[in-house]
Amino acid sequence: MSTPSATTPARWRALTHHHLFWPVAVLVALLLVNVPFTPDFFAIRMADGHLYGSLVSIVLFGSPLILVAVGMTLVIATGGIDLSVGAVVAITGALTCSYISDQADQNALAGVFLAMGIGLVAAVVCGLWNGFLVARMGIQPIIATLIIMVAGRGVAQLITDGQIITINSEPYKLIGGGYWLTLPFSIFVVAAVVAVTVALTRRTALGLLVESVGGNAEASRLVGIRSMRIKIMVYMFCALCAGIAGLMISSNTSAADGNNAGLWIELDAILAVVIGGTSLLGGRFSIGGTVIGALVIQTLTTTIYTIGVPTQTNLVFKAAVVIVVCLLQSPKFRAKVFGAKGRARVTAPAEPATPADAAPKMEVSR
Amino acid sequence: MAEPRPVLEMTGIVKEFPGVRALSGVDFRLFPGEIHALMGENGAGKSTLIKVLTGVHPLDGGTITLDGKAVRIGSPLQAQHAGISTVYQEVNLCPNLSVAENIFIGREPTRAGRIQWKQIRKQAAEMVDRLGLDIDVTAPLSSYPLAVQQLVAIVRSVGHGDSDGEGSGTKVLVLDEPTSSLDRDEVLELFRLMRRLRDEGVAILFVSHFLDQIYEICDRMTVLRNGTLVGEHMVADLDQVGLIELMIGKALDQLEELHEHQLRSDVGETLVKAEGLGRTGGIAPFDLEIKKGEVLGLAGLLGSGRTELARLLFGADQPDSGKVTIVGKQVPMSAPNDAIGAGVAFCSENRKTEGLVPDLTVRENIILALQASRGWTRPIPASQRDELVAKYIKALDIRPANPEARVGQLSGGNQQKVLLARWLITQPKLLILDEPTRGIDVGAKAEIQKLVVSLSEDGMSVLYIAAELEEVLRLSHTIGVLRDRKLVAQLTNGPEITTSRILETIASGEHQ
Amino acid sequence: MSATTKTRTAAEGRTPSTPAQASTAARLLGDRRLPVLVTAGLFLAMYIGGLSRYQNYGFGEPQVFLNLFIDNGYLLVAAVGATFVILSGGIDLSVGSLIGFTTMFTAWLVERQGLPLLLVIPLALGVGAFGGFLMGYVIHNFEIQPFIVTLAGLFLFRGLCLVISKESISISDSTVSSMAQTRVPLGLGELSIGAVVALVVLAAAFYILHYTRFGRRVYAIGGNEQSALLMGLPLGGTKIAVYTVSGFCSALAGLLFMLYIQSGDPLHAVGMELDAIAAVVIGGTLLTGGSGYVLGTLFGVLVLGLIKSIIQFEGTLSSWWTKIATGVLLCAFILIQRAMTARKQT
Repeated sequence: MSTPSATTPARWRALTHHHLFWPVAVLVALLLVNVPFTPDFFAIRMADGHLYGSLVSIVLFGSPLILVAVGMTLVIATGGIDLSVGAVVAITGALTCSYISDQADQNALAGVFLAMGIGLVAAVVCGLWNGFLVARMGIQPIIATLIIMVAGRGVAQLITDGQIITINSEPYKLIGGGYWLTLPFSIFVVAAVVAVTVALTRRTALGLLVESVGGNAEASRLVGIRSMRIKIMVYMFCALCAGIAGLMISSNTSAADGNNAGLWIELDAILAVVIGGTSLLGGRFSIGGTVIGALVIQTLTTTIYTIGVPTQTNLVFKAAVVIVVCLLQSPKFRAKVFGAKGRARVTAPAEPATPADAAPKMEVSR
Repeated sequence: MAEPRPVLEMTGIVKEFPGVRALSGVDFRLFPGEIHALMGENGAGKSTLIKVLTGVHPLDGGTITLDGKAVRIGSPLQAQHAGISTVYQEVNLCPNLSVAENIFIGREPTRAGRIQWKQIRKQAAEMVDRLGLDIDVTAPLSSYPLAVQQLVAIVRSVGHGDSDGEGSGTKVLVLDEPTSSLDRDEVLELFRLMRRLRDEGVAILFVSHFLDQIYEICDRMTVLRNGTLVGEHMVADLDQVGLIELMIGKALDQLEELHEHQLRSDVGETLVKAEGLGRTGGIAPFDLEIKKGEVLGLAGLLGSGRTELARLLFGADQPDSGKVTIVGKQVPMSAPNDAIGAGVAFCSENRKTEGLVPDLTVRENIILALQASRGWTRPIPASQRDELVAKYIKALDIRPANPEARVGQLSGGNQQKVLLARWLITQPKLLILDEPTRGIDVGAKAEIQKLVVSLSEDGMSVLYIAAELEEVLRLSHTIGVLRDRKLVAQLTNGPEITTSRILETIASGEHQ
Repeated sequence: MSATTKTRTAAEGRTPSTPAQASTAARLLGDRRLPVLVTAGLFLAMYIGGLSRYQNYGFGEPQVFLNLFIDNGYLLVAAVGATFVILSGGIDLSVGSLIGFTTMFTAWLVERQGLPLLLVIPLALGVGAFGGFLMGYVIHNFEIQPFIVTLAGLFLFRGLCLVISKESISISDSTVSSMAQTRVPLGLGELSIGAVVALVVLAAAFYILHYTRFGRRVYAIGGNEQSALLMGLPLGGTKIAVYTVSGFCSALAGLLFMLYIQSGDPLHAVGMELDAIAAVVIGGTLLTGGSGYVLGTLFGVLVLGLIKSIIQFEGTLSSWWTKIATGVLLCAFILIQRAMTARKQT
């Protein structure tokens, strides 16, 4: 808006106001915290033709979360939320593993692919159901997806008959626990999914239409955006991402646990999206921010482990990070703590025409 | 006769927002038992002054004197306690609660902490009765139409202080655009109530965009421009032209120019034909023809079915009966997509809720309709997109001319232009404009009206809806007259058609 | 012709019961009590179904019915707290964690620190209420969505459980066990202290919601927050109080759960916020806020409890059917709510 005379503060301001500044800053700070405790924290070494190192394992262990969070980002951008992803993770894992375990030869590629296909189809069906309730029936997303969140784990346990199904399939093991080109195979899966998502949203007009639907649903209908279709698609995509995460988790442990697989991952994923700077109210979204947000959460877990704090305090730290990140993103908090300077948006200068405009509106993003 | 002492005096009021001085030293006074209009264009500082008065914004300079005593108003609650009550354009009540509870909430009579429901219902019924309204106070507020809800809001405002010791009785009632979504009967009902309150000695501050209403109900007016006071007049002493000149600070050249304008005389063949199109609860089945290059104006009171007719032609609501043919082809009209595909565009009267996506940029808002029609798989190439956007920002003089600006930050007039650009870019055959000039300043109004004329000259058909009959009369080739959700007449514009002729048609409900 | 005539027709169209025959309470409830009646009807139908199917297995015993209160007292208390939050248009995800934390906290204080129970109870309630207060404070003052703030609360309290101890702490304190075993005779059967406390909480909540200014403010804020603010209602105070009530109820539910199960465990009540929310929704409260009754929440809890009992009586059904049945019911009620609100809007 105003052009400051000195360029350095202007650049600094542009940088700090970039929507990825705070997420990246938090991530870097968290990574640096590790250095005094583990001097070779950033070192990556090669053993048995595989790369090892803290950074690699952060990405590896964070893979399922990144997947789920990327799908969640699109759902949140449409103004929705998907609480059922954890249950979908469990259902996919349960179906796939129970199918593989029924095979005579668990290593047969055809069988594994078919099993994965069944699992992913089930996931997409869950997404279709969520999308149907939200877009077609007009039910609030938080409520609509609560249904599968509650019932889904029951279904997963039904599939596994309440047991933990263990399998022994080499090809299936690759997805979540194998290596390829010296790197964990999961990283390639994640990279592929993120790349596809970014291409899907930014190379096409999908991203714009999603942001429009999330920003103003009725206006979007009246410009002819088929928002019902877009919402259903987005919920299906989110469930598909959760399904892939489910494959990854069950493959990593070679087991399907209907009760615990993907437990609380929906909360972590939503958190990752929020840390990444996408508003829970919908509209603008950032896939890059979400990936960083998911990495922040995983780094936090790793950090707690490496700096020697008892692991059970993990959740307390997570709570602290949630609070800090949300406070930093709250315009009201920043205004109170850092003063209102440079944030003209906190109080709009133009006089709002209606009192509704003056409604306190929460803005998480930027 | 000596002037009575004003009940409210605001002196040297200053209010600053980051980068903007919204009010610089405004004086304002209000006498008991008068209805006082606060006039000004958008951005003149009306809303800010009201918000300062009602405690929404803290004031940066100046004094407020109430009943001769200096007061500090820090919150809406303090304002209420001081005797200043406000009713806004949007009804600020809770639809899920009963009428009685809405009147009393926050000051319910209690005994030992227990709310006395019987007393509340009895008193609420009495208050409603005393003001001559017939409302069942036990019914939920949501079961009443908006106009009644507004009356309830006024009952709540003025009832304050009668029922408890905290308040000192309403001395000042602020009505901030209460009439903008009411139809004529409802406005009359509101005016009846306002006069009644005035006669009881309440000072009423009234804000409305409708000049006729101001001249009908108000005793005195204060005019603001650019955050300064430009004058306080008795309504009887200032005519409409004088008032408008005070408001915009220049003579009415722009508007005069349009008055002189000759309508394009040769309209082409039939473009859109609706036969027996109707929707229960919306509008009775009607037949309508719009020719190529024709401007069809719709005249009728608010709630007469103008918007409903337009929405049916756009597929925004689904019709129960009838069919629409566009260039000889029948269009199903089950969703906006069908109409858009056939070349129909619709700018809703509700810019904010049905038009803009406030978080997106000007550019994104402009290309939205075009992109939606292409589907998500075929994005508009970046170079073509930027060129188009730049062209329309320039053509419509959208300010700031920055495609990256968030559209939510633009002024009302510029937002309206963004919406126009959004549809013009799709090169529609029929452009439906529902109250495109509502709530925007006079300059932008004139520009938009000129644009309609030139679009018509270029062969585009326009369906034009406006509350002001002069506007419809000035622009339209044909005027469709609506009454009670029925299209009652279609008049071909000509020298013999005047606003009073249209009013007669509305009043009689038939074509003479 | 005028607004008054419209008024009359509108009023007639909306209020099916004539004012003359409607009692004071019924008029207060209006037709918004329909979802509660549906839930009550469902409960009755399920109960009668259970009676006919398991009559020979003692389902008809009054004590089986009373056991619903004994076995679900803690859930009822938690759900009552959640009702306040949901009525105000918010949501509280920290319920389950706070319950788990309270069991751990009290078990630790009583068993490991040797503090008397009478001192520990107010302490635990205070901590719960304070936790709720803090969340409400952050939600209101920094305008962060309740969903996120209470999510942080969920993590925090579950984390604090684990900080106290990773292992479960069983309680052998004599006061606790005697309190747990105390039964209040009711003629046909008996209730535990927990069940009695739950019913008292329910009655108190009903009174607060319908007969105090605070209660009405909760409804007002849930109906339209912006309006409530402009009507001069203390928005912040009410919101903070709502979360404080929820925190208090969760802590109380934690104490009842501790009495019921006589141990503290870091994994107690995982996901119980979902049960509480499900009970509230099945009880007919709109998740968008502003409409619903605690009485509905009671029926919601009873329906969930009855599902558990029926599955126990059935014998062959595995425990996960509870989750599936809850989900199906939730779905049904959400669709009913949807149909009702859609009808109202037209």
